[in-house]
Amino acid sequence: MVRLNVLLLLVMVLCSLGVVTAQHKARQIFMALEAEQEHARQLEVEHGQLQLELSTWGAAPRIEKIARDKLRMSTPESPRVIAAPPAGGVSR
Amino acid sequence: MMRFKGRVAHKFAENPLLQMRLPTWRSRLLGLLIIGSFVVLIGRAFYLQVLNNDFLQEKGESRYRRDIEISASRGRIADRHGDVLAISTPMKSIWAVPQVARLTPEQIVELASVIEMNPRQLAQKLDTEKTFVFLRRQIPPAVAERVAALKLPGIGQDKEYRRFYPTGEMTAHMVGFTGVDDRGLEGVELAFHGQLLGQPGSRSVIKDRRGQIIEDVGSIKPPQDGKEIRLALDSKIQYLAYSHLKQAISEHNAKAGGVVVIDARTGEIVALANWPTYNPNNRESLSGAQLRNRALTDTFEPGSTLKPFTIALGIENGKVRSETIINCAPGRLTIGNATIADAHPHGALSVAEVIQKSSNVGAAKIAAMLPSQTMWQMFDDVGFGQAPRLGFPGEVTGRVRPWKTWKPIEQATMSYGHGISVSLIQLARAYSVFARDGDIVPLSLTRVDAPVTSGATVFSAKTAREVRMMLEMAVQPGGTAPKAQIPGYRVAGKTGTAHKLEGGRYANKYVSSFVGFAPVSDPRLIIAVMIDEPSAGKHYGGAVAAPVFASVMGSSLRTLGISPDAPLIVAETPKPPLPKARL
Repeated sequence: MVRLNVLLLLVMVLCSLGVVTAQHKARQIFMALEAEQEHARQLEVEHGQLQLELSTWGAAPRIEKIARDKLRMSTPESPRVIAAPPAGGVSR
Repeated sequence: MMRFKGRVAHKFAENPLLQMRLPTWRSRLLGLLIIGSFVVLIGRAFYLQVLNNDFLQEKGESRYRRDIEISASRGRIADRHGDVLAISTPMKSIWAVPQVARLTPEQIVELASVIEMNPRQLAQKLDTEKTFVFLRRQIPPAVAERVAALKLPGIGQDKEYRRFYPTGEMTAHMVGFTGVDDRGLEGVELAFHGQLLGQPGSRSVIKDRRGQIIEDVGSIKPPQDGKEIRLALDSKIQYLAYSHLKQAISEHNAKAGGVVVIDARTGEIVALANWPTYNPNNRESLSGAQLRNRALTDTFEPGSTLKPFTIALGIENGKVRSETIINCAPGRLTIGNATIADAHPHGALSVAEVIQKSSNVGAAKIAAMLPSQTMWQMFDDVGFGQAPRLGFPGEVTGRVRPWKTWKPIEQATMSYGHGISVSLIQLARAYSVFARDGDIVPLSLTRVDAPVTSGATVFSAKTAREVRMMLEMAVQPGGTAPKAQIPGYRVAGKTGTAHKLEGGRYANKYVSSFVGFAPVSDPRLIIAVMIDEPSAGKHYGGAVAAPVFASVMGSSLRTLGISPDAPLIVAETPKPPLPKARL
């Protein structure tokens, strides 16, 4: 009888230790998850900022300015335009 | 010895007190009282912990549980291809509680240099009776971190969002802007405020001693970010419209102007540009004139651009046919005691030529054949006198007086666009009856993906096609607007040149306009151009507005990749030797 009680006590102590470790691990994983979620939020913010930058660099006035001033491009006069028959309907 | 004997020591158990006979009820009563109070205590404990445990539970939780708000950002506004027109990024605001923030002069100078403020101004802001002041709003997060590092008492910060408009003044009237508290104040930002706005979420968590979140408790309410609004706007076409308008305004020394581009098949507003405009990212010196979205909020007398409607109605009701001859000689027509005159006198003109040459007399004579009610009904059907119902702030209805009050002279002047006022967007939309086969579709600010089959029918397809032919003649040599021609595409359109009303009298100021569409074989875009008070010599719609139409339409059609439906006009001058083409 005494032996059985000692055994059960031992099992109980082990189980309690297990619960404590599990809880600790769960918290650690949870914190890692939190950190990753925060990271995701930051990346989203950065994505927005990059999109903003993309739109700013890709703005039509800037492209036209570079095309005209730097690359010396211009719209051809009508006599210099040759119409090619479209291969399949192209339209957006 | 006797005295000593009298103090005989007793054993405790032989205490004489015990010898006294006390009544038993006293000990019983005491025992009962003690047991009773224990019962009361246990009862109370049972009540607090089992029956009515909410209060203590809450108190306990409040020691470790925190409710956190999860902020949601305002939705983006993008053009039809997804290019960003407006976007929010997180910023910080710096605030102070002046009673707590007792800063030394050195600290003030230090803080002022970090947040880029005048130290004296900052000291003034802190020296106040108010309990809360914003020191600086919408500063970059990096700067806010440096403020936090100073660890000054009574200085705190909040997260907020700032709206950026990468396309700036080009799309200013269309997109609008928000105030500092993220509320839409103008344009699409106001019109779609409800959808753009996000709903902040919340969650309750357990935080440990170091302030780290260690567990979620209770339910999480996820934040709802604002919806992204996809406009029908095409930023390339918008840029073309904006830059050509700007160029024309400076060339003709005009006061203001507007360009509207509509997709004839879906009713989408592909571009809408106004001048003067403003930069929505920097609104410090903003005037009312710059803010006005003229294409929607300003009305003008459209002038000859209204003639095609009169003539279409004449054809529809069988009063005239396109080859019917109208005698427009001698270029004047007297109704009552008023006289209508043509800019250039014409002789006998066919109905088609009335449009081509833009004869006021011809249009007035056709209008005289029509009942006023029919004419009013047609104006109403094409949307004049009605708000475009885009949900845009400040859109106007224009002015079409009820037909019962019309006098014959008024009906005559209305036939060529005077005595009636419309906004540029109404005019552009009305032309969709000619660009389409006589029906009119509602306008849309947002991208339309489902094909629009047909709208409300105003004219029969036959009438619409006939008028379309006449409008094509108007831009050909012999018409009023040969400058609206585009090499490679068939174009149709009508000029308008209207005197401006000032104080009830027609002043020597003009509004030049042009409305047209292309390609005629399968109309795709409708463009309306309005130039207010051109004052550099020219003022005819054919000379001022038509070239803007041609350049915007030509480049837009090429941008959209629409195949040409006319042979390219071969140059009349001998060809110069072609240099190697560069693209």
